[in-house]
Amino acid sequence: MADPMRIRAQANGDKTTVRVLMSHEMETGQRKDAAGKLIPAWHIQQVSAALNGKTVLTAQWGPSVAKNPFLQFNLKGAKPGDKVAITWVDNRGERRSDEATVV
Amino acid sequence: MKLPPLLAALAALAGLAGTVLAQPGATTAAAAGPAAVTAPSTAPSTADGIAQYRAMLADGNPAELFEAKGEALWQQVRGPKQAALTQCDLGKGPGVVQGAFVELPRWFADTGRVQDLESRLLSCMAQLQGLDAAQIARTPFGQGEQRNLEALVAWIAAASRGLRFQLPQARAEERQAYALGQRAFFYRGGPYDFACATCHGQAGQRVRLQDLPDLTRNPGDGVGFAAWPAYRVSSGELWTMQRRLNDCFRQQRFPYPGFASEVTVALGVYMGVNARGAESVAPGLKR
Repeated sequence: MADPMRIRAQANGDKTTVRVLMSHEMETGQRKDAAGKLIPAWHIQQVSAALNGKTVLTAQWGPSVAKNPFLQFNLKGAKPGDKVAITWVDNRGERRSDEATVV
Repeated sequence: MKLPPLLAALAALAGLAGTVLAQPGATTAAAAGPAAVTAPSTAPSTADGIAQYRAMLADGNPAELFEAKGEALWQQVRGPKQAALTQCDLGKGPGVVQGAFVELPRWFADTGRVQDLESRLLSCMAQLQGLDAAQIARTPFGQGEQRNLEALVAWIAAASRGLRFQLPQARAEERQAYALGQRAFFYRGGPYDFACATCHGQAGQRVRLQDLPDLTRNPGDGVGFAAWPAYRVSSGELWTMQRRLNDCFRQQRFPYPGFASEVTVALGVYMGVNARGAESVAPGLKR
């Protein structure tokens, strides 16, 4: 089971800034371990964000995204109390969903 | 009338090449001019650039992920004795976490030793949870129980964020540790004939692009001792002070010190007492 995300969603008038910190190794598949063997690729491939259950953002990620990635985006029309849910799926099929309330 | 612009362009090209290639020798007078002008302004702008980079990343410091993990670990029932760490005494009474970090390393009555946060956690994990402290100390950084230790350190340090260092020096053992740390700090040796003081004994030094804090005094809020533990972006790891010191010894080509050994704790006392009054920003963010 993957570690939880840290999600902060802060409303400022019509604009809500969402900041997400994900815990993931993001292994590129290009690195070698101490024994010289290739470390298999293991990274997030899909990210989606939903506001009150309605998808507002989808992204396709690859091996060039950093370890423990940070994602920030702005939402229009979200109000305090709304739920922002983030989901990622990695190339092993593992997934993680977390939710935060807009403040 | 095409000739004058072409000549001007050629001259400009030559001037460019001159600034790039002829900097050390300064073969042309024209090249020496720009080189001399740009050189002094490079140093502050590099430091500014790093500060800007840190500010951009500070909003999403992945150390927060370690803090969250550490908080859960503190309360989690683990080990042969099936106990949590909630009764661990970090110097301010059993279970008191807030404010503990800025008073460590300090002397502990139950172990009879001066201990830093990492060695104190080892004691708690051994006494309360029945885990093998010596085994954990031998584990390489970033593996097994060491990963848990890093997370705990991140969370405990975060509970003292914004507070100022005030290490106790009331006991003779603590003053002795300071004196030992001071000797270790100035002790020169190894194939490079290096000491901690070689790099950290005066202000305004840097290695590559990193400013080196002067650790013989208080280098300022959130600098030097007050910046660790920290998340290192380049390796994606959380480095505790023990790991930071271990790497300092590696860079000096010294033998590796034992994890939570007396000399590493003593160096912590020396730096911590010198940093009295400095605001802790830990867990910080490093390149």
